[in-house]
Amino acid sequence: MKKWLVSAAIFAFALGAGAASASAEKVKACWIYVGSIGDFGWSYEHNQGRLAVEQELGDKVETVYVENVAEADSERTIERLARDGCAIIFTTSFGYMEPTLKVAKKFPDVKFEHATGYKTADNVTTYNAKFHEGRYVIGQIAAKMSKTGVAGYIVSFPIPEVVAGINAFMLGAQSINPDFKVKIVWVNSWYDPGKEADAAKVLFSQGADIIVQHTDSTAPLQVAEEQGKLGFGQASDMIKFAPKAQLTAIVDHWAPYYIRRVNDVINGTWKSQSSWDGMAEGTVNVAPFTNMPDDVAKMAGETAEAIKTGKLHPFTGPITKQDGTVIGEAGKPLSDGDILGMNWYVKGIDDKLPQ
Amino acid sequence: MRILLEKRSEASTLMAISSPFIALGLTVILGGLIFALRGFNPLEALYVYFIEPLTTVWSIEQLIVKATPLVLIGAGLSVCYLANVWNIGAEGQLTVGAIAGSAIPILFPAWQSPLTLMAMMLCGVLGGMAYGAIPGYLKNRFNANEILTSLMLVYVAQLFLDWLVRGPWRDPQGFNFPKSITFEGWQLLPTISGAIHLGCLFALIAVIVLAFVMGKTLKGFEIRVAGNAPRAGRFSGFSRTRMVMFCFLLSGGLAGLAGITEIASTVGQLQPQISPGYGFAAIIVAFLGRLNPIGVLFAGLLLALSYIGGEAVQISLGISDKIARVFQGILLFSILACDTLILYRIRFLPRHAAAAQPAE
Amino acid sequence: MDMFYAVALTIMTAATPLLLAAVGELVVERSGVLNLGVEGMMIMGAVCGFGAAFYTGSTGIGLIASIAAGVSMSLLFGFLTLTLVSNQVATGLALTLLGLGLSGLIGEGFVGQPGVKLWSVAGIDPLIPGAILLTAAVSYFLFRSKAGLVIRAVGDSHVSAHSLGYNVIAVRYLCVMFGGACAGLAGGYLSLAYTPQWVENMTAGRGWIALALVVFASWLPWRAVVGAYLFGAISILSYTVQTFALGIPSQFLSSLPYLVTIIALVVISGNRAMMRANTPACLGKPFVPDR
Repeated sequence: MKKWLVSAAIFAFALGAGAASASAEKVKACWIYVGSIGDFGWSYEHNQGRLAVEQELGDKVETVYVENVAEADSERTIERLARDGCAIIFTTSFGYMEPTLKVAKKFPDVKFEHATGYKTADNVTTYNAKFHEGRYVIGQIAAKMSKTGVAGYIVSFPIPEVVAGINAFMLGAQSINPDFKVKIVWVNSWYDPGKEADAAKVLFSQGADIIVQHTDSTAPLQVAEEQGKLGFGQASDMIKFAPKAQLTAIVDHWAPYYIRRVNDVINGTWKSQSSWDGMAEGTVNVAPFTNMPDDVAKMAGETAEAIKTGKLHPFTGPITKQDGTVIGEAGKPLSDGDILGMNWYVKGIDDKLPQ
Repeated sequence: MRILLEKRSEASTLMAISSPFIALGLTVILGGLIFALRGFNPLEALYVYFIEPLTTVWSIEQLIVKATPLVLIGAGLSVCYLANVWNIGAEGQLTVGAIAGSAIPILFPAWQSPLTLMAMMLCGVLGGMAYGAIPGYLKNRFNANEILTSLMLVYVAQLFLDWLVRGPWRDPQGFNFPKSITFEGWQLLPTISGAIHLGCLFALIAVIVLAFVMGKTLKGFEIRVAGNAPRAGRFSGFSRTRMVMFCFLLSGGLAGLAGITEIASTVGQLQPQISPGYGFAAIIVAFLGRLNPIGVLFAGLLLALSYIGGEAVQISLGISDKIARVFQGILLFSILACDTLILYRIRFLPRHAAAAQPAE
Repeated sequence: MDMFYAVALTIMTAATPLLLAAVGELVVERSGVLNLGVEGMMIMGAVCGFGAAFYTGSTGIGLIASIAAGVSMSLLFGFLTLTLVSNQVATGLALTLLGLGLSGLIGEGFVGQPGVKLWSVAGIDPLIPGAILLTAAVSYFLFRSKAGLVIRAVGDSHVSAHSLGYNVIAVRYLCVMFGGACAGLAGGYLSLAYTPQWVENMTAGRGWIALALVVFASWLPWRAVVGAYLFGAISILSYTVQTFALGIPSQFLSSLPYLVTIIALVVISGNRAMMRANTPACLGKPFVPDR
């Protein structure tokens, strides 16, 4: 048996060597995902981006991914990718920040791209998307479409991105109906269809007639569909799950960014930066407007267009915070730093943030 | 045909040694079949899974680092289970150990001395012990089943950690992201060689000490009596309540040590998720190691290899994480099934022949 | 729909999968076998149920498929632990690992596909009363029928049950299969009624909660109903409390179901004689007939 194993090993070696020489000119681009590519949410969309890179760049690139990588135990996985000859590594969860930086120090020639973080280095770039831009649009739609004037908002964890999303939604809604209310439920999970469905049912029973979510599953929308209420998709277009309930969806679309960055590596033009793309760059998209009257769709389309062209900024001063203080100068948008580290609510939100 | 087990008069030493290899052979056949069915070269996949991680110094170091928390926790749990104390909440004790140990660098960020590290480790152990003591106390005082209480306390600990790192212990310079300050200097365990850190030594020491205690001391005898013959134990004056508490303190303390060791090495800060389920995986390790500290050491290394191998086939061959997990399941099943051979002889009998056997 | 009814309905749907799986595991444990693989059987039930309903359009076939999936997984567990007397705790955990991986493989093509939803009347699907009826049946069966007596005898003392001429291994096989069927059905409930969709790991630890509920119930079926509904109710109420924006940390509210279950268990367990009478004495211990 031992002999057999040895011969198998030699055989496998030969195979591996053959494969390596065949792909010598290819640039190896690698991804690591915090969830499974079958979550139909965050990791799914990043993987769609990877597939788009494969399709767009064809023979010039070879892609590799690892899924379900626990944040606590990610340094080894990232280093393994670097050792395996990856030229560029995308680490797609906030919790990978420190491990990414540690590995990047050891591999100065490999390019690292960390999603949603804030620490960069010569070979580490950060990238994120302005999801709040889309949330401003859906806030306006919610205020127009709600009969009770109350939206239910299902959220995962109080990180700045999520808080900024809630605020942008509320500012959008208040621009239509200043008395608009939002009820918030934290489910303490990015991804648990059962809990999300429960939260949606509770919110509907509390008088909300529109559901907004910053969690990944389609469950809340399905509940809305069942109960004849309305809602918005998250991360992916979820119209298939709620043909009568989905008004629109905020769709993450990482493909343009990924293609650009991998191309930069191929052409030798890659530079460290911190990129924060939004609707203008096509990273944040809104799905087609459905289940609403034409005038609402028209208004929403105009708002989306205004954000895209830069005419409208969701966080334009002055903005009154929940505690009554005012932030931002009149007519000027808040700084990126203010939005990236947002930990306060705008006036009119009835929830308390953990401090 | 039916399968009949015949008890051996004594455990077979030959089988005790060879059963892991038979299991490996079985895994190679079954696993190879699965890889082949999914369109991968089975030999190549098996090589990358089992052998390649052992061919470079780097991955051997990683293997040891990965096995460390599994062995630490598994060693404690094996004592628990031998004594029939069902602590399945090691994950929670690990979490509280990590929290308690991290309190030192978070509350006193400027304190840098070898004492810092010692204080962290001590707090980690004490935190794990204290959290383990809860199900122990509830068992002794109220007769509350420890399987339920220890499991439920896992979720409570994780939510508490979540609250801490999003609220009071959040890094003030961290843009309100859920993480504590990053630890440095004497807030981290020194490395011995490459990636191997002092914590790996803790695991080794724990195994040696426990092996000595279990094999050579009265306490070890008491533990085994508590598990095998609780009535006899009572007659010989061994206290059941003290045994329950002892087991929870021991396994909780080791889980807590594993928690703070992970924080002070691999993770380097406190964050919402600090363990990919080591506390649960260690239950498998304890049983794979046949509830023997030395066995736990090997079982921990084997399970670590199966994680690292699973990662390797994903990266090198594009075999999905799901196939790797199925393969891991097959590996475990084979080992568990083959352990039967140590205590039993397996006979395959035609059905009528079995029926014709005279009853004894 | 008035608010009270809506909340009650939400509690019922949250409790039903827990109850189904718990009742099945309760029978398994009454026969002296500890199967920690509930989560693995449940997730296989979820994916196979979803797939069968997806291809045939029939939720009935879906539920049958989820039961079949649960039973197949339980047979694997049975073969190892009963025929080959492998360690039950470790085998159960390995079963969970295998189920999580295998379900992901099977379900690769179902991601992003809307499922078929089980019919319901005024929001009540047939499995909500079904789970309660099942509990009643199990309770009657365990405590009022001869077969139930045999199961309990096997769980309490397999040696005496064997010497009385009962086939311990066969009884345990049947109980393990019943547990698998219930866990599979619970999984099917998740992917066909609770949230009609397939996503990986969608059981999200509910199999573990079901295991804890068996202990909570002190192996008495009706108490499993209390446990499942209590757990469901506290989870739902913690969301309801959040909508009032009182400023209580959500993590604390989320941990309430676990804390309340512990406290309730502590209160129940005070009666030592009752607990001793109901705990299967041979739980987790292997049995090998002499011949």
